[in-house]
Amino acid sequence: MADATTRMQFRDPARARALAARLAELVDALGRPVSVMHVCGSHEQAIARFGLRALFPRGLDVIMGPGCPVCVTDAPEIDEAVALARQGVRVATYGDMLRVPGTAISLEEAGAEGGAVESVYSITQAVELAARHPGEQVVFFSSGFETTAVATAAAILAGVPPNLSVLSVHKYIPPAMEIVAEMPESKVEGFLAAGHAAAITGADVFLPFVERHRLPVVVAGFEPLDILAALVRLVELIRDRRPAVENAYPRCVTARGNVPAQDRLWRVFQTAGGRWRGIAHIPNGNLRLRDAWAAVDARRRFQIDVAGLWDGAPAAHAERCICGDIMAGLRRPSACPLFGRECTPEAPVGACMVSTEGACRIWHTYGGVPDLREAS
Amino acid sequence: MEKVVQRIGLKHGSGGRAMRQLIEEVFLELASPVDGIGLAALDDGAALRIGDRWLVITTDSHVVQPIFFPGGDIGRLSVSGTVNDLAMMGATEPLGLTCAVILEEGFPRADLERVRDSLRDTAREAGAPFVTGDTKVMGKGELDGIVLNTTGVALTDRIVTDAGLAPGDLILVTGHVGDHGLAVMSRRHDLGLQGDLRSDVAPLNGLIRAALAAGGDDVVAMKDPTRGGLAGALHEMAAKARVGIVLEEPKVPIRDEVRAAGEMLGIDPLVVANEGKAVLGVRAAAAERVLAALRAHPLGAHAALCARAVADRPGQVVLDTGLGRRLLAEPEGELLPRIC
Repeated sequence: MADATTRMQFRDPARARALAARLAELVDALGRPVSVMHVCGSHEQAIARFGLRALFPRGLDVIMGPGCPVCVTDAPEIDEAVALARQGVRVATYGDMLRVPGTAISLEEAGAEGGAVESVYSITQAVELAARHPGEQVVFFSSGFETTAVATAAAILAGVPPNLSVLSVHKYIPPAMEIVAEMPESKVEGFLAAGHAAAITGADVFLPFVERHRLPVVVAGFEPLDILAALVRLVELIRDRRPAVENAYPRCVTARGNVPAQDRLWRVFQTAGGRWRGIAHIPNGNLRLRDAWAAVDARRRFQIDVAGLWDGAPAAHAERCICGDIMAGLRRPSACPLFGRECTPEAPVGACMVSTEGACRIWHTYGGVPDLREAS
Repeated sequence: MEKVVQRIGLKHGSGGRAMRQLIEEVFLELASPVDGIGLAALDDGAALRIGDRWLVITTDSHVVQPIFFPGGDIGRLSVSGTVNDLAMMGATEPLGLTCAVILEEGFPRADLERVRDSLRDTAREAGAPFVTGDTKVMGKGELDGIVLNTTGVALTDRIVTDAGLAPGDLILVTGHVGDHGLAVMSRRHDLGLQGDLRSDVAPLNGLIRAALAAGGDDVVAMKDPTRGGLAGALHEMAAKARVGIVLEEPKVPIRDEVRAAGEMLGIDPLVVANEGKAVLGVRAAAAERVLAALRAHPLGAHAALCARAVADRPGQVVLDTGLGRRLLAEPEGELLPRIC
């Protein structure tokens, strides 16, 4: 199998140990602890799945930042979809979105109340759903970073049934990196950028960020050796005080990226400011439909009455949930008193335990403790 | 603290932490002292002293959707499950099996005969005669097709439990892991995966007899990694023996197609059910001897030494991925393919 060959190549233990040794040398030579951040659930999955933190030198902290688009979807955005479901609109969305808490209830609870809420794997399925229910209004509640937004854009450009509209809560990652870099508590000295998003945007999309914040960015793939090699490069750039963008995933990513995909993305979407759950207001952090696509924009097709949801509603947020701090990279899931006890994938309290891209969910799935560096 | 659940969920039947907790909270009440291994041990079966021998008893109910799946069916599953539970206690020569069947109104007779044939053939393969049975029918919609219950009894001179590990012991698995769970799941969700995903369902008493003949008293613990998979079995063995277990992932035999299906579905082959595999804890000195005996048997050709018991982290399982290390989570809840 070609798949097996690739796996061998990028999961080779001897090479991994060599890269880990190099990483240890670099951090040793620096003579101080280093914190770096990645902004992608798939990176966290690979790090946790393969137990890579046990391989990292003690002085290196690799933190997951706001890399889960489902988790950063803010409660009022969930409320919009809930309100639509209560207004009799059929709401289709990715399965991960169903249990994300809104201000009062989640979409799953809106479904249990009798609302028409369906999970789909892609916008294509939402298009099929609308075609099957021509007499109904169907809304695709679309979440995801720029990778997923391209798929939404392509479907809109190809034309959707007249009874389908899009409620976009797509997020755009580069502005969020800026906010996290500017947080006064942040110790982050460099970023790993997500290879799949960069395959679309191109590695050069991070140049303005590097220029402004004087922090290096290395684009990384998702196999263990991809991550280790990118970390080596990132720590070298930190050592050399050289803020630059480097592409450690050249088999998929180019400097300019996928230009036709970018063209589709920006023909349909424009950036807008908005709150990311638990983190901050992120200028340009949201992707909203352009005026030219007002006809398929659910926010313009419907009067969405979210205020009605808020009257007298008890807050669904648990006060002790520290999702916001976790997504900002300030605290670890294991620092949360709810983690693995009151908050589990079966009964999640915070959004980070809901989505398979969320830090809490990933840590819980892969053993619940950050690393075994202390184990014999 | 976790909430006390008032309704039973599917997770309470999936072999993980939720099920163990339910059994401990609800059924442990039924346990009373016996001369031997009783309910309180929560082992694969019970063992009662009869003179200087042991009578081993086990019972198992079987539900599976679909009832016919690649590599087996509910009949073969039922006989294998019971015979294997006996074998895991060291009792490899079943005296007799019972068969109780509950059918849904409208169940096709042809399917029932097909299940019967499978029961018969698998029982012959295991050398285990059916000696009594029971039949009930329930109304349409009151159950899903068919439920089979099989009880087995056997005599043995020596009992092997799932609690016998000590630090330094080595742990063997008798073959490829994850075959049954991923075969059934990909069929159930109609995933249309290509390749030959087939259940491993088989009676293991012959294989275990060979291992015990080679290892004797040095075989100190046995468990079949059914629901909850290899991860669940190792967690239980670690908890009961109060040892830590280090599992070396690269040494765990997993077929390429099973690994690929698992990655696609977001399901770890280590947590899905096996129905024709056993996990054996052996004293280090006997490990190679037992491994050779397993490999000489057709059902053990891919047996491997893949874990060891340690004094550190009692009750926990450390997974050495070949790249790094992490804890292996105890399986919980119903396994569902990844949504997106």
